[in-house]
Amino acid sequence: MSTIQEQGVPLFGEIVEGYNKRSASDAATVESADLRRARQSAFEKFRLLGFPTIKHEDWKYTNLNRFLKEEYSIEAKSIQVPKITNATIPGLDAYRVVLVNGVWDGKVSGGPLPSGLVIMRVAEALRDPTFAGYFENGKWGNHAFPNLNTALFTDGLLVQVNGTVENPLHIVHYYTAEQNILVQPRHLWIIGANAEVTMVETVHSASGEARVLVNSLTEVIADRNARVGHLVIQAAEAGVRLVNHTTVRQKKQSLYNNYTFTFPGAELVRNDLQLRLEEDHTETHLYGLYLTAGQQLVDNHTLVDHQKPNCFSNEHYKGVLLERSTGVFNGKVYVHPDAQKTNAFQQNNNLVISKHATIDSKPELEIFADDVKCSHGSTVGQFSEDALFYLRARGIGEEKAKALLIAAFAFDVTEKIKLEPVQKYINQLINHHIPANNG
Amino acid sequence: MLIIRNLHAEVEDKQILKGIDLTVNAGEVHAIMGPNGSGKSSLAAVLAGREGYNVTEGEVLYEGKNLLEMAPEVRAREGVFLAFQYPIEIPGVSNINFLKTALAEIREYKNLPPLDAKEFLQLSREKQRLVEFDAKLVNRSLNEGFSGGEKKRNEIFQLAMLEPSLAILDETDSGLDIDALRIVSKGVNKLRSPGNAFIIITHYQRLLEYIVPDFVHVLYDGRIVKSGTKELALELEEKGYDWLKEESREKEVTIS
Repeated sequence: MSTIQEQGVPLFGEIVEGYNKRSASDAATVESADLRRARQSAFEKFRLLGFPTIKHEDWKYTNLNRFLKEEYSIEAKSIQVPKITNATIPGLDAYRVVLVNGVWDGKVSGGPLPSGLVIMRVAEALRDPTFAGYFENGKWGNHAFPNLNTALFTDGLLVQVNGTVENPLHIVHYYTAEQNILVQPRHLWIIGANAEVTMVETVHSASGEARVLVNSLTEVIADRNARVGHLVIQAAEAGVRLVNHTTVRQKKQSLYNNYTFTFPGAELVRNDLQLRLEEDHTETHLYGLYLTAGQQLVDNHTLVDHQKPNCFSNEHYKGVLLERSTGVFNGKVYVHPDAQKTNAFQQNNNLVISKHATIDSKPELEIFADDVKCSHGSTVGQFSEDALFYLRARGIGEEKAKALLIAAFAFDVTEKIKLEPVQKYINQLINHHIPANNG
Repeated sequence: MLIIRNLHAEVEDKQILKGIDLTVNAGEVHAIMGPNGSGKSSLAAVLAGREGYNVTEGEVLYEGKNLLEMAPEVRAREGVFLAFQYPIEIPGVSNINFLKTALAEIREYKNLPPLDAKEFLQLSREKQRLVEFDAKLVNRSLNEGFSGGEKKRNEIFQLAMLEPSLAILDETDSGLDIDALRIVSKGVNKLRSPGNAFIIITHYQRLLEYIVPDFVHVLYDGRIVKSGTKELALELEEKGYDWLKEESREKEVTIS
């Protein structure tokens, strides 16, 4: 049944072969029986599903063909890591770790870690009885990429937070390759009861000929009363294809705020952000901004799964589409029969600047409780000619006027960032990526 | 300063200006009056360079240069300012940043160094006082949620900040109550100087009680049909525009 996959996608065969080889190797036999079982079931699921095609509802607007035509190796080769520049956020007082192709070198900058903050390589956590159990979940439903990750991941970053961590944790993801590779980091953040932390993830890459296909899987657990700020800034260069699956499990009265920013560069960015509101009285804010250019394809799929009563969720994603880029927004809100008194709001606004750019925006609300307040809205528009003329009539050049209007459009989202240096950094990235010719 | 010769313009193939001649010298205030649809606002739009207005004949010289060839921002940097009839609301762009950017671009064009933060603040405070503009509005998003009067006063504040040579006020009096009208007029009067000129477009004579023009022109059906001094405005107030319409129709008949 996987003949199409085998024919069209060289990586598929590479994965099957690689998995079989790995399960017979020493690396696999030292793993716990539960983990091996999880890997096996995830692998079988993936083999059955194959890579998603546009026939899958969740991938209708995101055609992976052009990215999967090429060959990728799944073997991690040791590579010469160049000196990583431009990966700091000026003025941000943070603990900072750098992961190269999903592997942390064990170094932290920004001072000694406070006692409430534990950082560990996932390769190490797998051997630690405290954490090993977290990775033994092989149930990723029909999501091909998380299943693939579970079958083959070897490393990533584990973060455990107890108490209040004042300074944010800045995780730099750096991707580089000498030949085309598939990289599959597996991350786990465990934010304990009453703990408070802000995580800032930035994604960068070396600019080179070789392609890096990243299939990243992150699980976030926000325990009771936890307060989590999670910022993701995707600023990788061309050559990187980023598939990101993040599942957040929120417990009673926890607060989780996600801010996702995607900038021109990486040819493919697919973000699956799934919020599982597993207990009552949680609060969730999701803010997103995607600024796309070139031939880029940026797809944000979010799911807010209201399982229990009295939870609040608010989502606002904004898109600015330049050149020949494509944007996809799919925002699903699911309210279970039990989830009475749910408040769920969603908004997606798009500014399509080039006549060659495309946006597919799809809100999806499925509500099975009767005492809820839910709303959604989606807009697609162009520059206001009146606003543009008004600015120009005051002496502001056309390009600068457009840049001002883009920044103004993004403002609803950027103003929500509470860390001032990060807000400044984002605004600089916005200005940097608004090209002289917006066509 | 400004010479308009035989200016013809159309919008969507409809002829709107049908041969306008007007000369404005430094230090002068010209009022352009006329009934609705006579082409007053179109003249302002053509001078400011709004898209969609197609000049089919004639020329406009500003300080000896061809104004019509310039992009809107270049006209502004050269010293032409249009106070909008309907100022635009732009959420997310702060009033003060907008002015800072505009002033910096104008100064750069004139080869002047940009003002530093302190100098800019000083200038802004001075001009706010001059035109009685509420300091609270300065830091808000550009015109967002401003009342009609606040928007018009913001136009005059911008005028004061950017110090143009030629200011065109397009129905700045529309929608203003008496107090706002007085404040706006006071601001304009303070900004009058021998070096600059104003073109004031208005439907009513009321504004001209506060800003006394040197010349009054009546625009009708895309042409200036009558010019005179401030007394003409009073005459129009008394008799309305109908007599002019008839007069111009008679003229047309004689010509044909």
